[in-house]
Amino acid sequence: MEQPSLNRTEQLQEQLKIVKVESPWRIAIRRFAKNRLALIGLIILFLMFVLCFLGPVFSPYELNQTSVKNKNLAPSAEYWLGTDKLGRDVLLRVMLAGRISLTVGLVATAISVVIGATLGAVAGFYRRFADTLIMRIADIFLALPTLPILITLGAILSDLKIEPSKRIYFLMLIIGILGWVGLARLVRSQILTLREQEFMQATEALGLRDSRKIFRHLMPNTIPIIIVSATLGVAGAILTESALSFLGLGVVPPTPSWGNMINAANNLIDFRKRPWIWIPPGVCILVTVTAINLIGDGLRDALDPKMKSR
Amino acid sequence: MSQYIIRRLLQMIPTLIGISIIVFAISQMVPGDYITASQNPNMTAERADQLRALYGLDLPPVQQYFIWAKNMLVGNLGDSFQHKMPVTEVINTYVWNSFVIAFATLILSWVIAAFVGVFSAQFQYSFFDKVVTLLVFLLMSLPSFFIGLLAIKYFALDTKLLPTGGMTTAGLNASGFEYLKDVGLHMIMPVAVMTTLSVGGLTRYFRTGMLEVIRQDYIRTARAKGLKERTVIFKHAFRNALLPAITLLGFELPGLFGGAMILERVFNWPGIGQIYLASLNLRDYPLMLGFTMFLAVLTLLGNLISDILYGVADPRIRLK
Repeated sequence: MEQPSLNRTEQLQEQLKIVKVESPWRIAIRRFAKNRLALIGLIILFLMFVLCFLGPVFSPYELNQTSVKNKNLAPSAEYWLGTDKLGRDVLLRVMLAGRISLTVGLVATAISVVIGATLGAVAGFYRRFADTLIMRIADIFLALPTLPILITLGAILSDLKIEPSKRIYFLMLIIGILGWVGLARLVRSQILTLREQEFMQATEALGLRDSRKIFRHLMPNTIPIIIVSATLGVAGAILTESALSFLGLGVVPPTPSWGNMINAANNLIDFRKRPWIWIPPGVCILVTVTAINLIGDGLRDALDPKMKSR
Repeated sequence: MSQYIIRRLLQMIPTLIGISIIVFAISQMVPGDYITASQNPNMTAERADQLRALYGLDLPPVQQYFIWAKNMLVGNLGDSFQHKMPVTEVINTYVWNSFVIAFATLILSWVIAAFVGVFSAQFQYSFFDKVVTLLVFLLMSLPSFFIGLLAIKYFALDTKLLPTGGMTTAGLNASGFEYLKDVGLHMIMPVAVMTTLSVGGLTRYFRTGMLEVIRQDYIRTARAKGLKERTVIFKHAFRNALLPAITLLGFELPGLFGGAMILERVFNWPGIGQIYLASLNLRDYPLMLGFTMFLAVLTLLGNLISDILYGVADPRIRLK
C-alpha cells in the first residue's frame, strides 16, 4: 500500500517541476513580444537612437562647419540631405537635433515621473490633509492652459538672454513641471486601493517606517502604470518641445532641435524650394513619436490589460 | 443635481484663484513691459513714465494683482494696450473666427471617428481594422505645425488648389455668397489638418467603446432573435457605444473657443490663438492674462459639463 502513495507523491513532484511559475514581468515580456506593432516601434526607436547618438561620429562634417560655397545644396552623394543656407550638412544637424530632442523628451518625462509619482504616493498614503492639498494643486495644474504658459515661459527665457546651451535644461524643467498631474492621479488611486490590502497590515505589524512602506512596498506595485504613463509621456514631451522650438521659444539656434530646424520653413524660399531642410526633421518627429506611442500601447496591453479601455 | 452643480461651481473658486496667481506671477517674470516693447523712438522718458502710471505699470506687483483680480471679478479684464479696446471685446472679436474652424473640425472629426471606429470594432482584427489601428497611431503622433506646413506646400504652393492662408483673399470686396465661398475655401486646409490631428484619438475611443458594447449579452440576444446585423450594430450597439463619448463633448469646450495657437499662426488664420501669440511679443499683459484666464475658466466649465453629461448619459451614475 505504501508504494503507490509514494509514487503518487513523486508524480506530483514531477508535475510541479514541469509547471514553471512565471513571474508577472516574464508574462508581460511574453505578451509584449507577441505584439507586432509594438516590436516594430521598439526597433524603429532603437534605430533612431543609434542614428542620433552614433551617427554623428561617422559624419565627415562638423556641427557648426559653415561653408559659403556649399550653401543651399540639394541632396547629393556628398551631402545626403543637402545643406542649409549656411552650408551646414542637414543630415548631421538632423542627427544632432535628434540627440537634443530625444534627451529633452526623456529628461522632461523623468522629472514629471519623479514629481508625479512622489506626490501621488504621498497623497494616496497619508490621505486627509496631504491628499486634499496635493489634489487641489493638481486641479489647478490640470486647468492651467499649458500651451500659453509654456509660450510665456519660453519668451521669458529668451528675454533673460539665457545661453542656448543652458536653455535646454530650463526647457526640460518647465516641460517636466507642467506634466506631472496625470501620473500623480493614477498613482494616487492605485495607492489608495493598495494600502488597504493585507500586505500593508504586515508592514504595519513589522513596524516599518512610512518612507519604507511607500517606497519599498507600495511604489513597486505601481511601476506598471508608471512605465506606461512615462512612455506615452516621452512622446508628448517630444511633441511639446518641437512645437515650442518651432515657435522659436524652445531650443534656439545654434543648438539644433527637430522643431527649430522646421522653423526654417518660415523663410518662404527655403519653404518652397528647399524642402530637404525642413521635411527630414519633421519626418523624424513623426516616426519617433509614432514608435514611442506604439511601444507605450504595447506596454499597456502587456502590463495591465485592464487599462486598455482608454 | 442643481446642488451638485452649485457645489462644483463653488469648488472652482479656489482653483481659479490658484490659477490666477500662477498666471500673474509668470507674466510678471517677463522682463520689460508694453512701453519698452512698443519701441516708439519718439517717446521721451517722462512720457513713458506717464504712460506707465496711466496703465498702472508702476505699481508694485502685489497691488497690480489685486487690482487685476478685483476687476476680473466684475467681468472687466482691462483694456488691451495693443488693440486699444477692452480685452473682453478683443476676445469676442476674434474668438468667433477660431470657433468657426473649431466647430467644423468637431463635426467632421466626430462623424468620421464614429463611423471608422464602429466599423473597425465590428470587424476586429480584419485588414481594415489593422490599417485603422496603425493610422490612429500615426495621426496621434503628428506634429501639428509640420503637417500644416506640408499641406500648405503641396496644396497651396505646388498645386495651387487652395489659398495659402488667411481668412479671405486680400483685397476681396465681395459680400454675401461670394464672401462665404471665399472664407469656405480658406477654411478647407485648417479644418482638414485639425480634423486629421483630432480624429485619431477619437476613433480609438469609439472603437474601444464599441468593442465593449458588442460583447454584451443583449447584443447576443438581439442576434439570437434573428435581427439583421445592420440593425444590431446601428440600432442596438451604436447608440450605447456613443454614450460614453458624450462626456468627451465637455472636454471639447476649451478647444472650441480657445483657438489653435500654432495652427492659426501657420495658416495665418485671424483667430484668438494667433492674437494671443502676437500679444506676447508686445507684452500686452491685459490681453495675455485675460485670455489665459478665459481658457482656464473654459477648461473648468468643460470638466463640469462632461461630468454632468456623464450622469445624464448613464443613469447608473448618480451625481451627489
